[in-house]
Amino acid sequence: MAGTLVVAELSEGKVKKPTHHAIGFAKQVGTPFAILVLGAGAASAAKELTGFGAQKVIAVDDAGLAHYTAERFAPTVAKVAKDGGWDTVAMASSAFGKDLAPRVAAKLGAGYAPDVDRVKAEGGKRTYRRPQYAGNALGWLEITTPVHVVSVRQTEFAAAMPEPLAGGAAGGASPVENAPKAADDAAAARVEFLKLEVGKSERPDLGEARVVVSGGRSLKEQFKQVLEPLADTLGAAVGASRAACDAGYAAPELQVGQTGRTVAPQLYVAVGISGAIQHIAGMKGSKYIVAINKDPDAPIFQIADYGLVADLFVAVPELVKELKAQG
Amino acid sequence: MKILVAVKRVADPDNLNKIKLSAQGKIDATGLEPKASPYDDYALETALRLTENGANTKARLGEVVVVTFGPKESEQMLRAMLGTGADRAIRVDATDDALDGDLVARGLKTVVEKEKPDLVLLGYQQAENESNEVAQLLAEYLGWPQATFAGSIRSEDDKALVVGREVEGATAQVRVTLPAVVSVLDKIVHPKSVQSKHTAPTHTYADGVRFAALMAIMAAKKKPLAEMKLADVAADATLKVKYGAAELPPKRAAGVKVKDVKELVTKLKTEAKVI
Repeated sequence: MAGTLVVAELSEGKVKKPTHHAIGFAKQVGTPFAILVLGAGAASAAKELTGFGAQKVIAVDDAGLAHYTAERFAPTVAKVAKDGGWDTVAMASSAFGKDLAPRVAAKLGAGYAPDVDRVKAEGGKRTYRRPQYAGNALGWLEITTPVHVVSVRQTEFAAAMPEPLAGGAAGGASPVENAPKAADDAAAARVEFLKLEVGKSERPDLGEARVVVSGGRSLKEQFKQVLEPLADTLGAAVGASRAACDAGYAAPELQVGQTGRTVAPQLYVAVGISGAIQHIAGMKGSKYIVAINKDPDAPIFQIADYGLVADLFVAVPELVKELKAQG
Repeated sequence: MKILVAVKRVADPDNLNKIKLSAQGKIDATGLEPKASPYDDYALETALRLTENGANTKARLGEVVVVTFGPKESEQMLRAMLGTGADRAIRVDATDDALDGDLVARGLKTVVEKEKPDLVLLGYQQAENESNEVAQLLAEYLGWPQATFAGSIRSEDDKALVVGREVEGATAQVRVTLPAVVSVLDKIVHPKSVQSKHTAPTHTYADGVRFAALMAIMAAKKKPLAEMKLADVAADATLKVKYGAAELPPKRAAGVKVKDVKELVTKLKTEAKVI
């Protein structure tokens, strides 16, 4: 039927947060939608998604889907989309969605709108907007095929909230339906998942944090020593510029910017970051930007709400002290 | 090993904040110097590292073919890549308006079927459109495995690659049996990111991409550069995605400079109310 099939993303049998933003997209489009949950443990994870107003939640629980590879997941997504006659397949533009969505689009002969930040329907025609040119242009596109595949930028679509049941009953109203896994692509036999190495962090995830404290190359070996007390005080996630990651001062997974993470926290504190356009592309959606840099001409000051021209090795410890003093 | 590297000419990625809108509301990058998309340069560097002994890069131990879809002017980029070390180049004549990612992938499929490479390497996305789709589409059309977001590659006797895929705070290690399609991140050009069977594991590359020596640039003028028509590689040139008007994002106005840490904290508390 006409409507959107939202593809959920799982991690260790639990629904990952980007999924809620993809559901937010489907609700904004406004046509009926279903949620497809696939992976090992999908049947149990499906129960997490029954309260969002979906027509149904489709669970494909199969040990063959224990580890994500596009060659194993795409056939099932395409088959469920085709069997259900859904006109739109949507997922978050996380690493998962960006890897999977084009492969699904190719199977469906569908046009693909990657990493969209707006959707609009006018006169029965739907168009999508997406950031391009490192965020310096926003292009509107139209898909010419009957089926659309879309990945949505999670910082631009609000996470869907569960809809309470009448009378305050527990659980959700969407029925869960089980579906079988489709046959793997022949290529699946030529991909072997070996392991997932997860960077350990007690801090909030960069993509979800309310506050992000980010450092540049000038912090050198003192990256952690200077930034962590500030991040602790603000309950912030820690980010870094590409230069700081490349130089080995910060872990690669902390990189914010075009090749790293895109973040849009309430507050972004850029410490010793000059503001290369590839970095700005990943953080300019932040509500408030603070820049601390000793170079008064650093480009970061052109987009910062509050700029402090100062030696960061003096200013950051002072800032920690002041934040604690003002409680 | 024979590697096909798909590349794209773009407007200077370091000055994209200077783009304008034309009177028709289209993106206008006039005045920006055309360059290879940086991730494509990283893909080429990766291909060269996989087909040489890092201790003696003059001797080629495999073949690297660069291919682009673009106008005649793109040949300058291809010549530069031949100077850097690619062995051959192919240009499929087309303008950006006549292409979308899907058509490029379908065209590349034809080129792959003709060239029969063991590996297709691409930048994970091109710096203008940033669609991040051609590798995945091509892999599906070929029925090959894909490994996107590659931050490291280790070749196992050129029969399989162990690829470290950088996925949001984690690295997913996969082994892909060749032939395969791999798209690379910037981390791939770190000194130890590519391990080939030809190069001792102790070898450390210079960080980043190599630059062409003057002699090599001269010699590159004699390397083969073939031209193909779009119709030769894609019978159906229908686009699945069409771009209309664009907008420029609202400019973030520069805010205020604060005089000290105390004033900063006060502003964050009382004005922005974010702490």
